[in-house]
Amino acid sequence: MGDPPADPRGTVSHPLSLRLPLLSGQGECVINASSSPPAVELHGITKRFPGVVANHDIGITVRKGTVHALVGENGAGKSTLMKILYGMQKPDEGTIAVDGEQVSFGNPGDAIARGIGMVHQHFMLADNFTVLENVVLGGEKLHGIGSAARKKIEEISDAYGLGVRPDALVENLGVADRQRVEILKVLYRGARILILDEPTAVLVPQEVDALFANLRELKAEGLTVIFISHKLGEVLSVADDITVIRRGTTVGTADPAHTTTKQLAELMVGSELPSPETRESTVTDEPMLRVEGLSLSMTDPDGVVRDVLSDVGFTIHKGEILGIAGVEGNGQTELIDALIGMKSADSGVITLGDQDISRVPTRKRRESGIGYIPEDRHRHGVLLDAPLWENRILGHVTEKPNSRGFLLDPKAARHDTVRIVREYDVRTPGIEVTAASLSGGNQQKLIVGREMSHAPKLLIAAHPTRGVDVGAQAQIWDQIRDARREGLAVLLISADLDELIGLSDTLRVMYRGQLVADADPATITPEELGSAMTGAAAGHLEAAPEDEA
Amino acid sequence: MKKLDKDRLILGFAGPALALVVAFALSTLVLLVSNRDPFELYRLLFEQASYSDVQVLIINQAGTYYLAALAVAVGFRMNLFNIGVDGQYRLAAMMAALVGASVDLPGPFQIALIVIVAMLVGAFWAGIAGILKTTRGVSEVVSTIMLNSIATSLIAWLILPKNFGDQAAGSNNLTTGDIAESGWFPGLSLGPESGEIYGFTFVAAGCGLVYWFVLNRTRFGFDLRATGASESAAQASGVDAKKMILTSMLISGAVAGLAGMPTLLGDTHTYSLDFPVGIGFTGITIALLGRNHPVGIALSSLLIAFLDKASSPLDQFGFEKEIATIMQGLIVISVVISYELVRRYGTRRQQQKVGEELAAGHALTTEKEAAL
Repeated sequence: MGDPPADPRGTVSHPLSLRLPLLSGQGECVINASSSPPAVELHGITKRFPGVVANHDIGITVRKGTVHALVGENGAGKSTLMKILYGMQKPDEGTIAVDGEQVSFGNPGDAIARGIGMVHQHFMLADNFTVLENVVLGGEKLHGIGSAARKKIEEISDAYGLGVRPDALVENLGVADRQRVEILKVLYRGARILILDEPTAVLVPQEVDALFANLRELKAEGLTVIFISHKLGEVLSVADDITVIRRGTTVGTADPAHTTTKQLAELMVGSELPSPETRESTVTDEPMLRVEGLSLSMTDPDGVVRDVLSDVGFTIHKGEILGIAGVEGNGQTELIDALIGMKSADSGVITLGDQDISRVPTRKRRESGIGYIPEDRHRHGVLLDAPLWENRILGHVTEKPNSRGFLLDPKAARHDTVRIVREYDVRTPGIEVTAASLSGGNQQKLIVGREMSHAPKLLIAAHPTRGVDVGAQAQIWDQIRDARREGLAVLLISADLDELIGLSDTLRVMYRGQLVADADPATITPEELGSAMTGAAAGHLEAAPEDEA
Repeated sequence: MKKLDKDRLILGFAGPALALVVAFALSTLVLLVSNRDPFELYRLLFEQASYSDVQVLIINQAGTYYLAALAVAVGFRMNLFNIGVDGQYRLAAMMAALVGASVDLPGPFQIALIVIVAMLVGAFWAGIAGILKTTRGVSEVVSTIMLNSIATSLIAWLILPKNFGDQAAGSNNLTTGDIAESGWFPGLSLGPESGEIYGFTFVAAGCGLVYWFVLNRTRFGFDLRATGASESAAQASGVDAKKMILTSMLISGAVAGLAGMPTLLGDTHTYSLDFPVGIGFTGITIALLGRNHPVGIALSSLLIAFLDKASSPLDQFGFEKEIATIMQGLIVISVVISYELVRRYGTRRQQQKVGEELAAGHALTTEKEAAL
């Protein structure tokens, strides 16, 4: 690995010698790729950036025709670095070379002109447009908007095995298909170097495999992929080279052929990778939350009435973590909304302890002991422009120490915020700064601390560690586990299957608004769970994946 | 921490200061372009403001503006744009004047009755917009603008002599009849030269205090601010958003109802065709300029009242007094732009500072900082 010697012989074109056999050992790449200048070479990049982590003296060399993974904790500076490479930010120091030539990007347009394309974590597609329309949008000058564009799209789709249908309406596409449209959009604009920001975060394991097959196709055609991730298993399976970033600087490179996830994690955080595993069972037979026959139908924008929840029923006992697996958009959000009282269900009974809360307003539900870690913390968890201590009050304004009677108690709330900051390791210079000035992980730690501070009986945790760095992740898992030992009932919804399997005592799979399958977390594998999430399996999932009850 | 606080304070003033400087520069430019001597104009304005009777006028006007701006600010804090303050205060003043003219209670009760009627009518008129928004999803911007027009027509009809109005002999003016003297709010006399400060101006100041206290020190105020900052987050935290919309519209309307009181109780003692109009719109400007902060609103009220009152004799000196209106308009534009600029700068700057402090290892971990 390391720096391939600079070789003036190389041209900008992509020599056929780079067409490697798919899935070949990485060793061969080294030999072939070193014969031309690296696709991207970042040297001494420093960015004193308004944010928690600045980039400091970063050096990365991405060889042409490889998948290069960039790993690091959230907030380590990966995104900043990619923004610099994509022309969204200007580095304060350091140089960028593309195909051996020094470049300086003023905006993403410059980067695109240089053949660099970026697929963002959050898709930027117009739902009510077809794939073709989405692809040509903003790129009308390239191949028009008619048959030439269609031909080009089909050509690209075939060349890289993307399987994109130009006339499909984007709103009818699943997450994986949308992602392929995004990749196609970038290729259509002539990108030879693709940056993928956390592309697997929204995919189930089967879809991840399909994406990786696509990436290998791209690589085989001589394209270069920079792959940002913190899922180490995936990184090892797809990457040719790995660069690890910690605290804004490159701490090392790794050869995936001779590296384990454990070693990689140690490089990444400077300590051991935590595991979400729950050790001893603390499940009691005392029900804490009983949900029976919960149904909810909603009218979608086209005026069609859809059942988003149909006849959902489950029980969570004291000391039990019930995990719900499912591809996003299958009713998990609505289930949470119905439980917390933000949407009222059409029918069904929700019982907390021995109290029927089906018709009780949200505030009463929260007062009676429901803690809530929302899936979208910016929308539901914090007030971004308010100071931390006001965010500590949010959701618990009627409870001590935040208020006495009808009056707020800012002094006590401030004092308790300091305690949360200390106990939950929220990295902040003080409690008067706004929530927006903290990194996502620290915002999440504040939310977890706040919710745990009111001794909840039931915790609804939606993606509790999403966008949180590995260290904080372990901490949040520990806190959930500790509270569970004290008798907390937890409803866990997560897209991270390892987290679900590791933490849960019981697992259910949600598909199109129904709980279609259940599984024992002790024996199930992410792959089996994944197939149930796509609706391919139902009933009780046994270790044998073909079992369709 | 202290440093961050100081920064915030400086940024808090930077917005208005920048706005005023820009507005001042633009005004000067407008005057120069139209061949007027700007400095002569400014000198005249300040000379006017040095007369004690003009000062009293300014203060009285500011009190009225203050109440209207508070009404708007309550809405703004909730992310509601109550453009209907204008209709609310006029209808409220008229109804209150009617009640005041037809009832004769002893002193404080008479005043209390008039004020309560005004608040109820204002709340009712704003409440219509609130109900339309919560039940039918009608934007309050649209409905309150329309309710302004309806209020104008309604007042014109109600004040006809065949309904509730009086027409004094030999006058074209219509009034609602005089309020009994027990309902005149005593003012603070500053001598015959200067005139009298309306007593209700002090009530207005008190309203500012209540506004601050309710918003910053009560559970209700927290819910209101939270809803304004992020409706989704507030809902998740247990705020009933619909109820909150309706409640804050009612409060905004009730405060709007007070805006006519300084004039009604302290000066005219009747609602007539020449009762001041447009206060509600000026209130929007002032709430914006004062950043919805009670002290900010007070200073802005004084500024706008100063431009109003100090400009009225300009005609005698060869200046059009509409210049003051142009200046007010320029202030509004500068305010909107400069606040947004300062806000963005402030957010970036704070993120930077937090980043720097963390990088320097100044994370908050020790007991001693708990005192902050």
